[in-house]
Amino acid sequence: MKLYLGIDIGSVSTNLVLINSQGELVKKIYLRSKGNPVASVQKGLALLIKDIKDFEIAAVGTTGSGRQLIAKLLGADLVKNEITAHAIACLNLEPEVQTIIEIGGQDSKLILIRDGIVKDFAMNTVCAAGTGSFLDQQAARLNIDIKDFGERAVEGEHPVRIAGRCAVFAESDMIHKQQMGHPLEDILAGLCRALVRNYLGNLGKGRELKPPIIFQGGVAANLGIRKAFEETLECRLIIPEHYEVMGAIGAALLAKDAVINQKAVTRFKGFQVIDNPIITESFDCSGCSNQCEVVELKQEGLLIACLGDKCGKWSGRIPDRFLEPSRARAIQAG
Amino acid sequence: MLKATFPHIGNSYIPIRTLLTELGLEPVIPPPISGRTVALGTKLAPEFACYPLKINLGNYIEAIEAGAELILMAGGVGPCRFGYYGEQQREVLREAGYSIDFLVLEAPKTHPWELWDKIKHYFPRHRPHDIINAIHLAWLKADALDRFDRLANQIRPLEQTFGATTNLQADFYRALDQVYLVHDIQSTLKNYLDALNGIHLKLGITITPLKILLLGEIYMVLEPKVNFEIERTLGEMGVTVERTIYFTEWVRDHLLFSIIHPNWNKNLKLMARPYLRNFVGGHGLETIALTVKAGVNRYHGVIELAPFTCMPEIIAMQVLPRVSRELEIPVLSIIIDEHSAEAGIDTRLEAFIDMLHYQSQKRNGGKPLEVISRY
Repeated sequence: MKLYLGIDIGSVSTNLVLINSQGELVKKIYLRSKGNPVASVQKGLALLIKDIKDFEIAAVGTTGSGRQLIAKLLGADLVKNEITAHAIACLNLEPEVQTIIEIGGQDSKLILIRDGIVKDFAMNTVCAAGTGSFLDQQAARLNIDIKDFGERAVEGEHPVRIAGRCAVFAESDMIHKQQMGHPLEDILAGLCRALVRNYLGNLGKGRELKPPIIFQGGVAANLGIRKAFEETLECRLIIPEHYEVMGAIGAALLAKDAVINQKAVTRFKGFQVIDNPIITESFDCSGCSNQCEVVELKQEGLLIACLGDKCGKWSGRIPDRFLEPSRARAIQAG
Repeated sequence: MLKATFPHIGNSYIPIRTLLTELGLEPVIPPPISGRTVALGTKLAPEFACYPLKINLGNYIEAIEAGAELILMAGGVGPCRFGYYGEQQREVLREAGYSIDFLVLEAPKTHPWELWDKIKHYFPRHRPHDIINAIHLAWLKADALDRFDRLANQIRPLEQTFGATTNLQADFYRALDQVYLVHDIQSTLKNYLDALNGIHLKLGITITPLKILLLGEIYMVLEPKVNFEIERTLGEMGVTVERTIYFTEWVRDHLLFSIIHPNWNKNLKLMARPYLRNFVGGHGLETIALTVKAGVNRYHGVIELAPFTCMPEIIAMQVLPRVSRELEIPVLSIIIDEHSAEAGIDTRLEAFIDMLHYQSQKRNGGKPLEVISRY
């Protein structure tokens, strides 16, 4: 059985999926990165292949902020930015989609699609209000489980007005409202509304959000945010079944297409990478004025990946299999 | 000899070094912009000053450490805050305890020679013959740089060996910086242009790569150290970048044409007219006009660079969505300051290029485009 691996290494979570040749999801893993993407990818891979027998990995795609690192580590066939990956996954699921709202751990995106291709996109630039890590933090401060956050917010009947321009001020405003004696549910509902206002003001400015609208990313699990969006946009949002791993699905789909189109063999290095702990080391190169921060990954004392340098002086030490002359020639010859 | 310095902007240090040397000063080139430069500059500058001001300050301080005794800075008039940079920087440096001569070169209100009379005592060699010679040599160098860069942007997306163009560019800058005779400048340019044309190109590319117009605020466009080498990054992604601002053109338009030919930017004004009727300072009007140009001439996309809090570009940014919609030209605005990170910029650039690929693929009737991956 040929399977395609997609990995989305985000700021808060690491998501791994396996899809089959028809593009259907076989298995998904959603893990918290806890600041160590390499370890969580190792753990995730181990979990992912635990119960599946008799398969081969035919292509690997990575996306998310840690995509370059993990691509080097595993030997990925395709490294893609989150925006394209999310758009592809959505279009595969719902070809008619016109708008994608994606809110992840630390960034939020708005992707506009017309006639099946990306027409315009926006990513949050100056403020991370409304993203997963801010909601996490507020849940922790209010001492409620993040999983209950959304349900409690939906119960709020009279949402209070909270200043959502900036996450820090939103927090001060929430504290103020608590001290005024408003019930927790109303405050949570108000916070959701403020964050939706912030999102639409920041990313939606001057852009037309036409239905059907897909809402995905980890925050799509939050009923409160979902409801606030629906009230503001006055239309129903589609939440995909695998909303939390859409980026990984997109990466897997793109990797699958890339390998099939190029008639190439996967560069995947194999599962031995999960066996032993990997140590990351970094240093500032003093070779020129760029002063690149170079990162080295070592397993059992052996250098297995290196990245961060602009000139290739350090990363070139490890033969990138793609650049082997014989292989490059074979690909060019088609 | 008086040791003079000036802020970095792109590769202009090469012609300015020649200019100052020929006028009898000893130029002190600030060390290349690095993390330290930015840190030094942001420490002194007001938080919401635009980014170039902060980098200039960093340059000055690093140059003072290298022994500079005089700072030369351009000034200007108009709504852009740049016009007041010189005065502000002079004050910031004074308050920080640096005592140094600070000379603002500003177009005088009345007569062009008024400026010269004011500043000429700084330059030991100021006979007309010296000045003409200095300007001639500096101009030749600036022109050589621009010619090379223009061609490099065409070659880079097609190069077979990753980095060949960029390495040659660095060699050319070094070589040009070391020659001082008209003949040598010309032969260096010729040799390197030949070498650039001789770079092996990828085989089998049938479809023209994506063509992008790079515009926006002059400092962000010209200084690769602050725009995260956007021209190189895009080039290596397989995109032909057409930069809209070149040092020689800027000098020609703003220092020469604006005096002898006041209506030099008539065409720009006409192009921007349906969207923007006022001169909003800086390059705001140009940004709109050139986006219109890109739309009419079927470029694949436009990338606008602006420093955080840049007023003219912010005005342009409010108008751009309409231009983009009506002329069907995709626009990506990138705002940069000391808090910008390369990862975020790269993600946006990649996504933008992907989007343009899919769009032109669609326009071509679904035929796949040559996708040149950086990885």
